[in-house]
Order: sequence, then structure tokens, then C-alpha cells
Amino acid sequence: MRWIWIDAFVEFVSKQRASAVKNVTLAEDYLHDHFPGYPVMPPTLMIEGMAQTAGILVGEARGFAENVILAKIRSAAFSDYAGPGDQLRYDATVDSLDERAAVTSGTVFKNGSQIGNVDLMFSHVNQAEKTLDLPDHNFVFTQQFMNLLAGFRRLDADGSGITHGG
Amino acid sequence: MAPSRDEVFTTIREVLTDALGVDDDEVVAEATLQGDLGAESIDFLDIVFRLEKAFAIKIPKGELFPDDILNNPEFVDGDKVTPEGLEQLKAAMPHADFSQFADAPFVSKMPELFTVNTIVNYVEIKLAAA
Repeated sequence: MRWIWIDAFVEFVSKQRASAVKNVTLAEDYLHDHFPGYPVMPPTLMIEGMAQTAGILVGEARGFAENVILAKIRSAAFSDYAGPGDQLRYDATVDSLDERAAVTSGTVFKNGSQIGNVDLMFSHVNQAEKTLDLPDHNFVFTQQFMNLLAGFRRLDADGSGITHGG
Repeated sequence: MAPSRDEVFTTIREVLTDALGVDDDEVVAEATLQGDLGAESIDFLDIVFRLEKAFAIKIPKGELFPDDILNNPEFVDGDKVTPEGLEQLKAAMPHADFSQFADAPFVSKMPELFTVNTIVNYVEIKLAAA
């Protein structure tokens, strides 16, 4: 199943922050039902877009060693709709990160104007924790997600790929 | 200068209203995090992160909310904590009030040790040691 709600990373500073964009298009089926004649992207999917941006940021910080699970939406607030033709940008910043979990804060922009804030908490789940009855492989960071970062590395203008902030 | 207990409580009340989505007036000293304020397991970690930020302290895993002591079979007998287990808990949680729990140390009653006051006591101990 395709469940990718960001199109490309436009900035990625390891362990610090990342920005991804999402172009909303009428080619997406859900817009024809939400709502008929008045297509708007459900805010829940914008939260998912932020979770994917921030989740990859958090996963990369620890070498994708663990499954990074969205554990809690600490807060989410939106002041405007987004629809076909709009470009969303998700800016995510790492606030806290350790072996247990990570906290991120995020801002959502529509065509350059801020329309929301989404603060999230992720839990690190190691595949070795058999008590959780999880699959043996990393089921969060599938090849589809990894391709997003690979694409960013290819597109990065100076060829340096992910930057590592001081 | 270290903040007063009232100041610590006020900050912790803000932390708990943000983390748990409860109202100010629900956060009273005796309120239990799970029973009264509806905290779920992931909320405990959220509270730890928020406390670290609010008070600029570092809270090692299991220090505020010990979560592995009762995994030791020597410390649990059926549905009760053994005397040895109780001593371990008391040593690990000098910030908790055991006066009621010690009389009937049922494992199921352990969440009642985690009250707003427990957090206030813990933060005061941490700030005093800083």
C-alpha cells in the first residue's frame, strides 16, 4: 500500500530539523469524497505528513536502528484549509531525543503562509523487544520511505546530501 | 535560589494540564496520575520530557517512575508486593508517600503512588541536589 504523505525533502539537517513539501492534487482519490464539490485535505492527513517528516528525521538520527512509532500527538492546531493546487511544507524540529523516545515540534505552511502547528512524540521500539510481538524487520522505515531520503540526496544541489549541524 | 514548593507545584500543574489535557482545578496535590487525571503509559514519558524542559533537569530512566522493580519475581507474591519488594520500592522512590500503600501493598494499587505530590517531591529533591 502507498501511504506516503510527503513528496520530497527540501532540507534535512541530521538530528536537528527537516522540511518536506507535499503538493496537493486532485489526482488523489480522497479529495473527491472530502468533500464532494469542496475538496479539502483532512487535517489528520496533514498530521500524518508531519509525522512522516519528523519520523524520518528521528529515525535517521539513530541510524534507523529502531522502529519509530508515533506515540502521541502532543498538540495539533490548524487555522486554514488546504486543497488542490496548494503546496504544503512541513518544518519539523527535534526538541528531545534519547534511547526511549523523541519529541518534535512542527509548523505547517500552505504556499508559504503558516497554517498550523503539530507537536509530536515518537517512541523507539527495538525489534529485539520480542514481548511486543513485532515483526523481525523494521516495519516502519520501508523502502518507500528510504527512497524519499535517497531522492533528497540525489537532488541536493551541492551533492552533499544530508547536512550535519554543529 | 531554588523555587518555592508553591512555584514548583504551579509549574508542574502547567506540565500536567499540557500533557494530559486536564483542567487546572483537576491538578490537586493528592490527584493520582492514572486514576484521577487519566494518564496512559506513554503520558508518563511525555511528562518526564516536559519536566526536564520546564526545570532544566535530567531525569534518568526509571528514576521518577520506576517501572522494572516489580518485574523481579522475588519482589512479587501473587497479587502483592513482598516485604523485600516494598523496601526496594521505598528505596527507589523516596519522593513517594507509602503510608497507605504499605498497609495493603497490592500490585494493582501501585499506580496510586504516582500522585501530583509525588512529582512535586521528586522535583524538589532534584533541584536541591542541583
